[in-house]
Amino acid sequence: MIDLPNPVVVAAGCGGTGRELAALGALEGIGAFTTRSLTLNPRAGGPAPRIAETPSGLVHSTGLPGPGLEIFLATELPWLVQQGLRVVVSLSGASVAEHAEVARRLAQAPGIRALEVDLAVPDARAHGLLDVREPFHAANVVAAVVREAQDLPVLAKVRSDVLRVAESARVVTDAGASAVVVGGPQAAALPDGRPAGLSGPAVLPLALRCVGEVRAALPGVPVIGCGGISTAADARAFLDAGAVAVQVGTALLHDPTTAARIAADLAGGPS
Amino acid sequence: MKAPLHTTGEVLSSKRVGAYQHLTVVAPGVAERFRPGTFVAVSVDGTRLARRALWIHGVRAVGGHGPALQLVVEPVGPGTRWLAERPVGARLELTGPLGRAFALPKEPVATLLVGEGYAAAPLFPLAERLRERGCQVNLLLAAPDERHLLSALEARRSARAVTVVTADGSVGRRGSVADVVAGVLAQAAAEVVYAAGPVPTLHAVAAVAEQAGAWSQTAVEQPLTCGTGLCHGCPLPVVGEDGVARVVRACTEGPVVRGDRVRWAELAGTRPGAGGPA
Repeated sequence: MIDLPNPVVVAAGCGGTGRELAALGALEGIGAFTTRSLTLNPRAGGPAPRIAETPSGLVHSTGLPGPGLEIFLATELPWLVQQGLRVVVSLSGASVAEHAEVARRLAQAPGIRALEVDLAVPDARAHGLLDVREPFHAANVVAAVVREAQDLPVLAKVRSDVLRVAESARVVTDAGASAVVVGGPQAAALPDGRPAGLSGPAVLPLALRCVGEVRAALPGVPVIGCGGISTAADARAFLDAGAVAVQVGTALLHDPTTAARIAADLAGGPS
Repeated sequence: MKAPLHTTGEVLSSKRVGAYQHLTVVAPGVAERFRPGTFVAVSVDGTRLARRALWIHGVRAVGGHGPALQLVVEPVGPGTRWLAERPVGARLELTGPLGRAFALPKEPVATLLVGEGYAAAPLFPLAERLRERGCQVNLLLAAPDERHLLSALEARRSARAVTVVTADGSVGRRGSVADVVAGVLAQAAAEVVYAAGPVPTLHAVAAVAEQAGAWSQTAVEQPLTCGTGLCHGCPLPVVGEDGVARVVRACTEGPVVRGDRVRWAELAGTRPGAGGPA
């Protein structure tokens, strides 16, 4: 695992390129920054409307818009590293081979602290991404990424399905993942029925249960908790449940300073 | 451009004019950074995570408070109604100013400003800046009806010529922007056109400007969730300076973009009249 000065991490897909948050002073004191999930080639993303509001949550199907690996390596990564941030690069792809290729090239780029494999995209099939339905699919992807990642730790973000999350965590760590990220979006649908993910405080209790399931089944595996965290008390609940770190995502869309604020609160000592 | 701020503002006044609620909000530092075309993202009541993007209609000094933001809200959904109901003294969590502003011409040229509904808001402070630069300002204001016509009286003060069109003919000429914009543009001999309003209106203005050889800038409203460039919920299909088609974020690479750079047909196709979180 990577050494974090603070347990608060910006979650994949919610921190933009980093510059948007930096402009607001909202990266100060955070433990690490996770990039949006990168693919080999640029992606335009899915059709609008992409996001709908629901009580205490957002339903989202963005289709992972992104610049592709080449532009990321040339323009976004150097800036993030230059800021002194601990950079975790999240990756996705249409196939195991694409994941492996992205990991291979990231392993050669300077300044990255860890890779995170996004195995929890709830609308993957709708956007032509690898649909990781079964834990063994996840294990295959992780094994391929770990092979290419050289010395970089690989974090596996697994589906937050309460009944199967422990099994997923077991197989991805067997495949070489250094830690698991637990509690991402729940599979959901946009109002027009298109597949999507549900994130935000609405999913927090489910995410917390997922963390508990993994900790109980695999006490030796480091768990990073995420899902609906928007206050220091939320973060403490995950840490108390045994998570080594927490990721803050959707809350940043409502208040971009959330991660920095929680990081400062936690650094202020036990409450 | 100066970085935006995330801060807590205070409602100094709230006034209903026609269909819109005009809020005056003091938010230290935000008004000072304002340029016409930028907006603020405002949080609404507790369980709603999406923010409401509001155009900045102007900045005015309020005694004892310094410069305050003038915001326009059309109360059409739970979040915008909540905003419209905030009493004087209420606190509002907001981020701004956000987005790219209208670019101002370097020369004192004739300009045409086209606005429809509440979206016309940023054109008023723009008119002031243009006049300061010696530009001739012509204004075309449109709305479905008189209640939705923004600040028509003020318009007379800030422009050399004002044309008003309403769909129902309740004030000004009966019709739409698309019906009259070519004639107004020709009469004004405008070299630069600024537009703010619904997508079909912007499309019409951009097309007419291009035909006339005028340079156009459009403030594009897409459904926004965060307004800060994080969520990727406001895709805007454009053609980049390099000639390559791509999808950018309306909130961050916009809201103001060159009219001839937007792939309007795709925008209309992906968003059949849908608004953002209301």
